Amino acid sequence: MENRNIVIIGGGPAGLAAAMGAYDAGERDILILEREPKLGGILNQCIHNGFGLHTFKEELTGPEYANRFIKEVKARNIEYKLGTTVISFDENKVVTAVNDKDGLIKIQAKAVILCCGCRERPRGGINIAGCRSAGIFSAGTAQKLVNMEGLMPGKEIVILGSGDIGLIMARRMTFEGAKVKAVVELMPYSSGLNRNIVQCLNDFDIPLMFSYTVVDIKGEGRVSSVVIAEVDERLNPKMETAQEIPCDTLLLSVGLIPENELAKQAGINLSTITSGAEVNDRMMTSIEGVFECGNVLHVHDLVDFVSEESVLAGKCAASYVKNGFTTNGSTKIDTFGGVRYCVPQFVEHNDDYTPFPLKMRVANVFKNIWIKVYADGVEVAKKRKQISTPGEMETINLKKEQVEMLRNAKEIKVGIEEVNK
Amino acid sequence: MTDVIIIGAGVVGCAVARELSKYNAKVVVIERRNDVACGASKANSGIVHAGFDAIPGTKKAYYNVLGAKMYAELYEELDIPYRKNGAFVLNFSEEGNAKLEELYAQGVANGVEGNKIISGDEVRAMEPAVSKDVVSALYVPSSAIVGPYEATLAFAENANVNGVEFVFDTKVLSVEKQEHFTVKTDKGDFESQVVINCAGVYSDEVNNTASIVKEQIVARKGEYCLLDKSYGDITDKTLFQLPTKMGKGVLVSPTVHGNIIVGPTAEDVDDKDYVDTTYKGLNTALALAMQSLPTLPRRGIITQFSGLRSHNVTGDFVIGEREDVKGFYNALGVESPGLTSAPAIALDLATQIAQKYGYEKKENFISKREGIKHFATMTDEERAEAIKNNPLYGKVVCRCEVVTEAEIVDSITRPLGARDLDGVKRRTRAGMGRCQSGFCSPKIMEVIAKNLGIDILQVSKHGAGSEILVGKIKE
Amino acid sequence: MELICICCPLGCRVSIEKTADGFNVSGNTCPRGKDYAISELTAPVRMVTSSVPVTGSMDKTVSLKTDKPIAKELIFKSLETLKGVVAKAPVKEGEVIVANVLGTDVNFVATREIEAI
Repeated sequence: MENRNIVIIGGGPAGLAAAMGAYDAGERDILILEREPKLGGILNQCIHNGFGLHTFKEELTGPEYANRFIKEVKARNIEYKLGTTVISFDENKVVTAVNDKDGLIKIQAKAVILCCGCRERPRGGINIAGCRSAGIFSAGTAQKLVNMEGLMPGKEIVILGSGDIGLIMARRMTFEGAKVKAVVELMPYSSGLNRNIVQCLNDFDIPLMFSYTVVDIKGEGRVSSVVIAEVDERLNPKMETAQEIPCDTLLLSVGLIPENELAKQAGINLSTITSGAEVNDRMMTSIEGVFECGNVLHVHDLVDFVSEESVLAGKCAASYVKNGFTTNGSTKIDTFGGVRYCVPQFVEHNDDYTPFPLKMRVANVFKNIWIKVYADGVEVAKKRKQISTPGEMETINLKKEQVEMLRNAKEIKVGIEEVNK
Repeated sequence: MTDVIIIGAGVVGCAVARELSKYNAKVVVIERRNDVACGASKANSGIVHAGFDAIPGTKKAYYNVLGAKMYAELYEELDIPYRKNGAFVLNFSEEGNAKLEELYAQGVANGVEGNKIISGDEVRAMEPAVSKDVVSALYVPSSAIVGPYEATLAFAENANVNGVEFVFDTKVLSVEKQEHFTVKTDKGDFESQVVINCAGVYSDEVNNTASIVKEQIVARKGEYCLLDKSYGDITDKTLFQLPTKMGKGVLVSPTVHGNIIVGPTAEDVDDKDYVDTTYKGLNTALALAMQSLPTLPRRGIITQFSGLRSHNVTGDFVIGEREDVKGFYNALGVESPGLTSAPAIALDLATQIAQKYGYEKKENFISKREGIKHFATMTDEERAEAIKNNPLYGKVVCRCEVVTEAEIVDSITRPLGARDLDGVKRRTRAGMGRCQSGFCSPKIMEVIAKNLGIDILQVSKHGAGSEILVGKIKE
Repeated sequence: MELICICCPLGCRVSIEKTADGFNVSGNTCPRGKDYAISELTAPVRMVTSSVPVTGSMDKTVSLKTDKPIAKELIFKSLETLKGVVAKAPVKEGEVIVANVLGTDVNFVATREIEAI
């Protein structure tokens, strides 16, 4: 068994930033384990631009954004193993991984940062009826085929789901000569960014149909058409509105699920809302010394925020290795008034006043609101929003004095209030 | 000319092929699809039924009980995933008690041992998630679960190793007899002394071209859904409900791989290839299953599928030689408990045929078959050793089911190897997990293309016409 | 006229009106929004990203972008120029793969480093 101070599972945007965060906080014994043959994670297949505006004040493509961080990791001589899959992880922080060169590796870590990203919800997860023919892909799989392998998954395409990957793929397939016949969205709004609706759909006259879903997939061997129908307020299809669209491919962009299989194995407490771990303000999970950040913790809409969060997790892990962790208990953050979740879920009782952000998503579309934070009934922080949608993560960056107010509070609440109230 | 032609490479055809491969006879299996287990054998409940629900004296009862006993030994010999997990037949009403008594008595008459009627509380003591509405149940300790396509593959591979030839992508059009049989197919004629009809939902059509005694098979569709392994501990026993006119009703059961299977519905369909899933089917299956297990998590569903049972309108299996066409044997109407009965039907038919045609037992018959060595089920020591011997075991391709490149290569290069994504999936479980092949399919396609020496554009999901890709970029 | 600005993830709703001596832009949060709205009305442009096959590497493709925005009406024509293009490893990030696309002074450059085998 090998001993390591920090093992980072995953070499995508979260893992790279976490490694930098830990290194810059003084830690030198860091190992990144990445299953793909290169660092960068999902960014490698996100060849479109739009990354990094927040971090670098310029617009980068996915591979360029990844490369900025990869260069930083290499410059720090942080060790990493590629083509290496972690197959088990336990509550004692023993990581078991395999690759074709080292065979089976067991590592006893002092701290582990889970940076495993997320996976796409498959067809079965949303129960679409119909055939089992070829031509049904999750949007990310199609993206990998086109952008990494140079292969075309279809020519006449219907996309279910208007999340960003679905929108981006509508444009990408159009660029490669495919015809995108429609983007169909179950909800009355898109969870994708407005700019992507404009530059990926509107620019090419691709119809976006709200409150519609796919009710049947037809075709022998290969998909030959899909049947779509409008849904009622309870999201049940109205079959009288059914229409058949001939196509050879259905792309699904119907949600992302944090990849928490390792966390589950180790017995880490997971949130039923985010499907990620429950963490405290130091990004630590219910197992001391195990941290989580990025899309495995909660699905982000911008990679910039993943990087930011992960740098913090890396710092916290380094500090844990060096100083351990002291607390006199913790307070769970409650949500109210339409805030669906808040990360972190817990604030520890101690005298560490390092600033940290509260990140949250709302459950519905809200207009003209305050998002407010209360500690024992006292208003600690607030943020005004003209509009807040479930597709957009809200962040409140707490200052030192605000953290002080939360530190030993018995009750912490985060929620929405109408502005004129 | 061959000695025996078997029509159909489902579990029955493959089990018969394996039994016959013990003899010095030239056997050919003709299959219309491009792989074994492409019909009902890949889409069923995966249960080795104990044998209490077939009416005593029927062929179903006889073959079921015998087959169940055979599996208990065969699974080791042929490396088939199998586990005796036990079952309950749940009863929700006072009136149902009489029906349970009837099932119990049938079990005794059929020779099933160990069954017992117990109270609802006794059921819940063993399976706490079972509904409070259950008042009593038949406890069936000998009920088992089995990998249905793995069983079919095991029979087929072992038959193949012992000399049986498999001809795929070949559709039988008719069976005609003069001196000997001419089996006419879309790929030309095949000739043999003996024909065994194991054509599943199409076995009536095959029979009716050969015999004046006509048969009628109805395709009875059963829809299923499968839950993620993380919900696998919701029940360890197979939970049946009291049987209905249409069959054994909807069950909830663990699978041999630790998922939870829910289904099947029962709906007679006209199209014998119609295996689409429907909203209604899924909702029906779930609603019924939730009577047994109210906490069944809908969010745990990772996939749905359906299969077609070959329901004989007379209700029983038709097994054996046709009076009017000597040498023509049927294994027809083999619906549930067909998977359980397959080895028994095979033993019976092979013994009859060998005796009649004077086939002698081979001395060099290889009885043991080793399946693919699954990385996921190895110990860490075995894993380290496996990677040392074959570094491809160190390359995990399917992360959800932890399937390595070594297993995928093995699935393609072994006897009757996989030729498409679904074939790899059934043999290795790559793509069976919670992401349903989202991450691993591009890599698996590459491995298939490389090992079959074909272009990646030719790689299909399940044979010609189901190619995954339509071209390359910038062409 | 109402537009959604595509310069950043905020996606501001920007109003633009033509006036006698130029444009009246409102609703934008930053100066980029104003520039975007004016350009959208006068000469709309887009960044174009794509990829082409690459030989001599473990990688199968190299991803590309236009090094400056290109006229919106030229998007498909610019993509046409990539047909049949095959890059050869090694490729550096920022390396020009197709120069002076359609005589516009815009180049398709690699957005990823590709190592040779």
